[in-house]
Parts: sequence; C-alpha cells; structure tokens
Amino acid sequence: MKRIDHAEASSKFIRAKDHVEFHDKRLWDLRQKRDRASEHIPEWEELRTLASAIKEHTLAHLAGYLEEFERNATKNGAHVHWARDAAEHNQIVFDIMSSRNARTLVKAKSMLTDECDMRPFLEKRGIDIMESDLGERIQQLDDEPPSHIVVPAVHKLRTDVARVFSQTIGTDPKNSDVHYLAESQRQHTRPYFLKADAGMTGANFAVAETGTVVVCTNEGNADLSVNLPNLYIASIGIEKIIPRIEHLGVFVRMLSRSALGSAITQLTSHFRVPREGTEMHIVLVDNGRSERLGMADFWYSLKCIRCGACMNTCPVYRRSGGLSYGATYSGPIGVIIDPTFNLRKYSSLPFASTLNGSCTSVCPVRINIHEQIYKWRQIISERNQLPMIKKEAMQIMGKLLSKPKLYRAAVDAAGAGVEHLPRFMMYSSLNAWGRQREVPKAPPLTFRQWYLKNRAKKEAKR
Amino acid sequence: MSSRDEILERVRKNQPAPLPLPPIPTFDAGLSTSIETFKDSLARMGGKFVDAEADGNLDAQIRALFPDAKVICSATSEVKGNRPIEGIRTPQELHDVDVGVVRALFGVAETGSVWLSEAEYKVNALGFLSQHLVVLLDPSHIVANMHRAYQHHGFVDANYAVFMTGPSATADIEGILIHGAQGIRTMTVIPVPTQR
Repeated sequence: MKRIDHAEASSKFIRAKDHVEFHDKRLWDLRQKRDRASEHIPEWEELRTLASAIKEHTLAHLAGYLEEFERNATKNGAHVHWARDAAEHNQIVFDIMSSRNARTLVKAKSMLTDECDMRPFLEKRGIDIMESDLGERIQQLDDEPPSHIVVPAVHKLRTDVARVFSQTIGTDPKNSDVHYLAESQRQHTRPYFLKADAGMTGANFAVAETGTVVVCTNEGNADLSVNLPNLYIASIGIEKIIPRIEHLGVFVRMLSRSALGSAITQLTSHFRVPREGTEMHIVLVDNGRSERLGMADFWYSLKCIRCGACMNTCPVYRRSGGLSYGATYSGPIGVIIDPTFNLRKYSSLPFASTLNGSCTSVCPVRINIHEQIYKWRQIISERNQLPMIKKEAMQIMGKLLSKPKLYRAAVDAAGAGVEHLPRFMMYSSLNAWGRQREVPKAPPLTFRQWYLKNRAKKEAKR
Repeated sequence: MSSRDEILERVRKNQPAPLPLPPIPTFDAGLSTSIETFKDSLARMGGKFVDAEADGNLDAQIRALFPDAKVICSATSEVKGNRPIEGIRTPQELHDVDVGVVRALFGVAETGSVWLSEAEYKVNALGFLSQHLVVLLDPSHIVANMHRAYQHHGFVDANYAVFMTGPSATADIEGILIHGAQGIRTMTVIPVPTQR
C-alpha cells in the first residue's frame, strides 16, 4: 500500500491561496466560538473530567456494556448485528436491504460508513444512495471524501459548490449565492426522503441501559431518514457505548459547544423502538477497535466523541486541509487513530504536528492527543518507517545534541554560515524545512554566549 | 466462532483494568427555570418565541403568523388546523404541510430545547416534513439544564424522543448560517399553560 505523503499532499492545498486563507480563518472562528461557549459553563473543566472518566470506565468494561446494549436493543424490537471489519459491515447492510427489496437509501452523515467505504460497495450492487447532510452531499457529488468530521466540505468555497451543483443537480453555474445553493439541495433531496426504501444513520452515542441510539444533527436529516422509510439501519462503532441515559447530560452539553460553539445541536434524537410496522437494525462494528483497546498507550483515542475541536485548533490541519491526510480521520485525532489501521500507509501523519498541545487542551474527553502523537513518532522511527532524509537528519542531530562541545562548535559555525550561505544551498530540495520558510535573522549572540557574558560571572560572584 | 463472540472475546481480552464510574452531579444550583431564560436560549439557536394572544384563539393566531399557509396540521387538540392528523396513514402524506403544530412535554432553559416524542407528534414526520413548526409549551414545564432533562422518565418510556432547538440549520457552505436545511424552516414556541 502506498505511503501517504502528507507534506506533498498539503502543498497542493497550499497553492490555492484564497482557499487556505478561508479555511484557516473559518476553523479558527469555530475554535473561538468553542472558547466562548465553554466559558459560559462554570463546570466546564469538571465536565471534561467526568466525560473522560465515563468513557474510560465504559471502555474498561466494554464487553459487559456491549452485551447489555444488545440485550436491551433486542428487547426493544431492534435487530442487532455484529461486524468484525468493514467488509462484513458492508455485506450486512447490503443483505438487510436486498432481502427486503430495498433499492434506495437516504443517509445521515456517518464517519463509520466512510471508514468502511460503504458507498461504492452498495452502489456497485445497484443501491441508490443519497447523502442528506449538505456538506457530505457536496462531497458525494464531487466524488471526494469528507475533509472534516463535522463540516465535510469546509475546504471548499461557494464557487466550488456552485461548480459541483451545476454539474450534478443542475443549478446555475454562475450563481454561487449560498442561500440559493442550500435551497437547491433541499429541493433536490426532498423527493428522496419521500421515496426512500431505507434510512441510515451513524450514532453519536449508544446507551446500554435502554438500547437507545442517539444522533445529533443540525439539519434534521437524520430524523427525516429514520421517520419516513419502513427500514432503519444504524451503524455504530463499538466504542460509542455509554452506560446510562444520565451520562448523555454530560456529553450532549459538551458535543456541540466543542464542535461549533452552539449550546446544543438543533436536533438531538433518541431512537429506541422501531415505529409500528417498521424495522430497526443496528450494526455494531469493530474494524480494529478491539485491537486498539489492547494498546497500552493508544486505547485512550477510543474516548473520542468526534467533535472536531482538535482539528479546528490545529495549525497544521488548518493550513493543510483534511484531504492531505489521505484518511477518513484527519487532523490530530486522525494522526493518532490512522496508524492503528495501517502503520506503514499512515507513517507520515504523526509528523503533521508541531506538538503544541492545543488539541489536548480543547479535547472534551481529555485525550492526551499530543503525547500520543509523540509516542507514534517513536514507534515509527523504531520500526524504520521514517523517510530516508528525515532519518539521516535525525541521526546527525542526535549525535550533535549528545555531545555539548560538538554542538557548540556547530551552532557557532551555523550562525556564521547562515549569514553567508548562498540561497541555493539553504533552500535546496534536500532541505525540506527550507521549502516554505525563510530563516529568521540570527541574533548577534547565541544564548550561551549571552549567558556567559551577562550571567555566569554574576552567578559566580554570589 | 460467530463475529459477535469473536469481537466480545477480543474486547474482553484487551479491555484495560477496571476503572470506577463517577457519580454525575446535576450542576443546577441557582440555575433559572424561568420562561425568560428559555426564551433567550431559544433565540440564540434561531428559534422564535411569541406570546399567546389574550383571546386564546390559537388557530387565528397561527393563521395570522403564517398568512400564506395552505395546510396546517395539528397534533394537539388545542389547535384545529385544516388537516386532521388522525387521518394520516403514512408519514409521506405530510409532505405538503406548511405549518405543523405540536405540544411539547417540557422545555430546557439552558439550551432553549423542547422535548417531543411519538406521543406528542402522533406522526413523527410532522416535526420534519412541515415547512414551519409551532410548539406549545407550558411555561411551568421547564427544567434548568440537560442533566435535569435527562432525568425525565420519557427517555425510558418513549420509543422515539427528540430535543428540538430552533429550526433545521446548516453552515456547511463557507460557514454561512442557513435556516431550513432539510427540515423545518422556522420554529415558533408559544407559551400556553396545559389545560387541566
């Protein structure tokens, strides 16, 4: 499998200057809205601690809670299926649909079905799929994966959407008015809701004590997908289980505040018992999660509630775009999840970080994201998955940093050298660092020279 | 071995050592349950709030609020409308409803949410296929925050339960806020005490 080159992929995104600037600004705006929303809640930090503890407890007792959820969901009249991996998940969904002669599916947004690459699998078998979340629909029509787990088309400008819609649903290519575009999608989507044979959602939470599937949306598309067709399928990752209804109080208060800065999503929907005369199917999906649960340093990533706050705050994500990660999950949370799916393929991702720790400080369930990123780097270098140039540079740096005299000589020489080096040497293709950066002007003294001159003597006098 | 048993076995083998489940406080000391707080929160989420007319004629008030509405479908006996919900056999029949009317069981001051289930809606799709939704809410049926809200027995009893907080919305294109993404374009809450 080809290794994702994050730096190379993001350079494409960076070339579109207006896109990068908008992307950066839009996501930072979400981060600031998140800050304001959380400041309204005096117990915010306590809620983060509680949310983390509930998730850690649940994961430590996950088998029991999964059985409890299955028991209660079955009692409610839902059918519970189990999928080891993506392929089994897709087959189960297809079998449920085809055995009931269902050909059309309206879908709410689900990262899990993206992770399983479900759409092409079903489409090849003749199933017509309508993604009903606006952002996800834009991405479906443009044949691109979502670039953000909450706002899937955030990397596109309105003119991009006008292009996609004019080529697919027949809007006026010159009209990029956002109200016009959104209204066009509403009009286009409505007949699908009315005629669909089946509806599908993911889940934000699945409650063990009641067998309830909880879905949070702003568009109301999940409720339309479930409340109209006679067949409802929910795909749920096994880490979405929470023990009791009362725990929703903690998570629902944090989810939308962390994601978009609003107090709650416009809709918070609880599906427990199928409507009379209809069927409800729940597919519990493992796809690597049970393995991750056994990884001492990395099981904490299973606490994630998919709010996207870590992506909105990440300087690398904001300036490289979600698609550059080449994975379903991008940004800081993707960086720590993706290598568990395929270490070699995603070995460049843990280096798409400045380790500033901002992701960790906004995470509503207190995942130590930046520490996990650092640990992945260690594993990747131990397993020899570093690209050649990075490895050579690291070895030279390692030698320098372990020998103080050599280091000082090198710093002095570099200080003198940078001043006089010709540009072609500083900014050559061998020096990845120099590609998008200018070296700042070096101060007249190094810190050590300054220290020896100003402080060392005074210290000695004391 | 079945997928179920295989997954459960691997989870059991890999799950970390037992950790305690913390008690959850309700964080509601000193919090308001007033209709005013609810109203402010609802406004932040794009919902409308209109006081009931003194004459108590809700049908006339709703017609005045939505003068262009052709189909008004009410799931509450307090408003008659012109499309009786009792006659609806499939949810798709509600596709042409301009204004849906429903009475919420309770509201949440923290968020401006109203709680609805199949018992209130009769046909759940009324809350999503209608172009506009009018919600009657007893101003004395308001809880302080989401912790209080989730103590409600409705979450154990109802087949389907939803917190609705303002209209359907999206900001998926350039962050521009649009009301009426896929579901209702507006939500109007009218405070009306429950008749005893």
